[in-house]
Amino acid sequence: MSHVKRLVLIGNGMAGMRTIEHILKLSTEAYEITVFGEEPHPNYNRIMLSSVLAGGVELSDIVINDWDWYTENNIKLYTGDPVTSIDSVGKKVISASGIEVAYDILIMATGSNPFMLPLPGANKEGVIGFRNIKDCQIMMDTSKTYKKAAVIGGGLLGLEAARGLLNLGMDVNVIHIHKYLMDRQLDQSASLMLQHDLEQQGMKFLLEKHTASIVGRRRVQGLTFADGGEIEADLVIMAVGITPNVELAKRTGLKVNRGIVVNDYMETSIPGIYAVGECAEHRGIAYGLVAPLYEQGAVLAKRLAGTVTAGYAGSVTSTKLKVSGVDVFSAGYFNDKPGMRSLRFQDEIDGIYKKIVIQDNRLVGAVLFGDITDGAPLFSLIKSGESIEGREKELLLGFSTGKAGESLASKLGKMADDEIICGCNGVTKGTIAEAIGNGCSSVAEIKMCTKATGSCGGCKPQVEALLQLYAGDTIGEPVKEGICGCTSLGRDEIVESMKAMHLMSVKEVMNVLEWREPEGCSKCRPALNYYLGMLYPAEYKDEKESRFANERYHANIQKDGTYSVIPRIYGGVTSPAELKKIATVAEKYDVPLVKFTGGQRLDLFGVKKEDLPGIWEELDMPSGHGYGKALRTVKTCVGNTFCRFGTQDAIGMGIRLEKAFERINTPAKVKLAVSGCPRNCAEATVKDLGVVAIDGGWELYVGGNAGVKVRASEFLCVVKTEDEVVEWTSAYLQYYRENANWNERTANWIERVGLESIIKALENAEDRQALMGRIEETLSYSKDPWKDIINNDDLRKNFHTLSGVETVNS
Amino acid sequence: MGKIQVGNITDIDILGSRTIQIDDIEVAVFRLSDGTVKAVENRCPHKGGKLSEGMVCGSSVHCPLHDWKIDLNSGEVHKPDDGCITTYLTEVDETNGSIYITL
Repeated sequence: MSHVKRLVLIGNGMAGMRTIEHILKLSTEAYEITVFGEEPHPNYNRIMLSSVLAGGVELSDIVINDWDWYTENNIKLYTGDPVTSIDSVGKKVISASGIEVAYDILIMATGSNPFMLPLPGANKEGVIGFRNIKDCQIMMDTSKTYKKAAVIGGGLLGLEAARGLLNLGMDVNVIHIHKYLMDRQLDQSASLMLQHDLEQQGMKFLLEKHTASIVGRRRVQGLTFADGGEIEADLVIMAVGITPNVELAKRTGLKVNRGIVVNDYMETSIPGIYAVGECAEHRGIAYGLVAPLYEQGAVLAKRLAGTVTAGYAGSVTSTKLKVSGVDVFSAGYFNDKPGMRSLRFQDEIDGIYKKIVIQDNRLVGAVLFGDITDGAPLFSLIKSGESIEGREKELLLGFSTGKAGESLASKLGKMADDEIICGCNGVTKGTIAEAIGNGCSSVAEIKMCTKATGSCGGCKPQVEALLQLYAGDTIGEPVKEGICGCTSLGRDEIVESMKAMHLMSVKEVMNVLEWREPEGCSKCRPALNYYLGMLYPAEYKDEKESRFANERYHANIQKDGTYSVIPRIYGGVTSPAELKKIATVAEKYDVPLVKFTGGQRLDLFGVKKEDLPGIWEELDMPSGHGYGKALRTVKTCVGNTFCRFGTQDAIGMGIRLEKAFERINTPAKVKLAVSGCPRNCAEATVKDLGVVAIDGGWELYVGGNAGVKVRASEFLCVVKTEDEVVEWTSAYLQYYRENANWNERTANWIERVGLESIIKALENAEDRQALMGRIEETLSYSKDPWKDIINNDDLRKNFHTLSGVETVNS
Repeated sequence: MGKIQVGNITDIDILGSRTIQIDDIEVAVFRLSDGTVKAVENRCPHKGGKLSEGMVCGSSVHCPLHDWKIDLNSGEVHKPDDGCITTYLTEVDETNGSIYITL
């Protein structure tokens, strides 16, 4: 008789819980899950501890899964209760408090311990590692009564701890055995620049020093060194490295080297027992960074959920130092070895250093200091292993910014000060020039000060040109802007990380990618929500709280807080019966304005929010999505149905396209049109995709726009049949969905990437079929949002005001 | 006016909002991710946008009309815009989830 498989996880940390989360998403109710954690907390983001010390982030902000989450997912959680023994024959685990749990599958995710140097006096009070919330709390508490701190270890962790202690107001000495800081990640030049910057911040260094003993009575009072010197210290942080926590594994009889030995499927030497994270050793390597642990977790989850996986093949890692005001990046080989060549750029005035290491025309390493904006692209080149022959210098120095519109600059120079540059926010040239004069040196800063570029963004080229004009040389290298003020990461880096680490919620993305604002902003949240939905159409649960009001209430918010309702009218073709129904509803609900839209539909304006579900119910028509980043209309002319010039059935084609793609979410709104002849009465040449009938076929045009900036569409191809129109449209829309920035219309996207790249992606029939398969899968999960709300009281409640007001005597 | 009961915590989705009309004031009641409840006058100082329809990020809300960002604790508008709205004291009865606001 079969029973639900019992899964036990030892270790409530990032790697183990990551695996569990992933399993939950892949297979519901396949396992009965129990988790044991040594720490008395729910699962939290360990890599953010240095940010907690640095201030601005609270301990509560770094919780990944709170207590409720475990309950909601039927996970039994024992915290503060480590597993002390495993019976691998009887298949059960026993915890410190004596709890016994039987398992079918056991995952070891015991993590690692700080390596504590076995120095005389190392057991004194005030000598700790830097690993968990408790260590953080000790540091924060100690800083209230003591002033002198010593950090042993000048590596990544030691420097982050030291920076945190400085923030807590302590006087900090960093003791490092080596001559150079972060010698495992940096070459000498970068290391010296780092040391200089940190000394400016007030950190003190004792280099090439071997600590001999820790002195004091019950509590630490100081350190002595092998060369005879000594310093005072009330708090000592040991940050010389980590060792995989393998005690339990050894006692159980698992094969252990440095870590628990696992194969490509994270299987240990005993069947049924797996290991992931810092405690595991894969192909000789025990990783201590988050990205590899997540990749391991994804592989194990797939394995356990019975999904096909190619296995884990190891990770190339990169490092960033999370210390405010100091930007350091390192990946791969940072010191040349025989057979490698390197290129360097060093600018001691601005404190910038860049080095790339090349072997056989491939990038194998990079070190960046002072400006790490190229870190992500360089890292992806290291991982891809592609040839960079001929591009070496360009990679090192970055792309030249080129000629930023000479004619535009001279035009702007002659413009009067009171002329408006940003039409949405009424910002004049004079205001922007003044902001630049007051020190704004990027478009983002100008946006913060003046709001220019803050709405539709159409004036960004002018603002950039004004920057060139008035700030000129002083702005230097253009600063890389992230998707919003919450991050410096761009769209591609974010989407890559989502894929590589299989990130599955907006909160998780912001956590792992170290968002500056823990809950993001109105720009990044909808963007992340879109990218996740695009990547994982089956698994991802759309977060309505990360959508703009229009897409939450499925109507278009108006300036007075009322909404407008546009039912779908396929191809702009309606009937007397449908018109009567719309008229009846409009009268019943006192709709103040009924208007034809630009896309051949009827819009009911001035609808009160509480009337929306009722109106939808009585209309009994699908949502026209006239409010969303989605397919809007497919405008058609009458075509050969009545027109004497029409060459094809434009109406039929348009209706077929609208029915095929209604409800699809896209990076920005998408408008289609079908014209029955080249006279183009449906204005197909200013649409995101326009179809123009010719005798015996159809021409497809893409990237047109009649909005912020008029842009005529570009010719994509000619096809013969309606099926081919659908196939090309499917492929084009999906390619756009997968590659454009959120909120980027096709016109801007094509300007940015070039039509050539799109033709190349679509010209091969197999590629088109694959894209079409993916858009069809996504569409298969879509539902009419109006019907959804009508039938769901929990969604419907949000359309009504609260009731039950009563005065309380107090 | 004193303390008024305005429904239950379960009436408001996390990072969501509901409104209530109290005499001539429309109040927006928000539930933040940490479980706390905030109540403010439902009117953006810019063009009167309904803040209840805005996106909640941390302890701020973005007005749906022109993206002004307003702190729900202080009522202050974030820079570069200027302004302030009225905030109301809120309490949640931990035993039964009832929400009270003080006007």
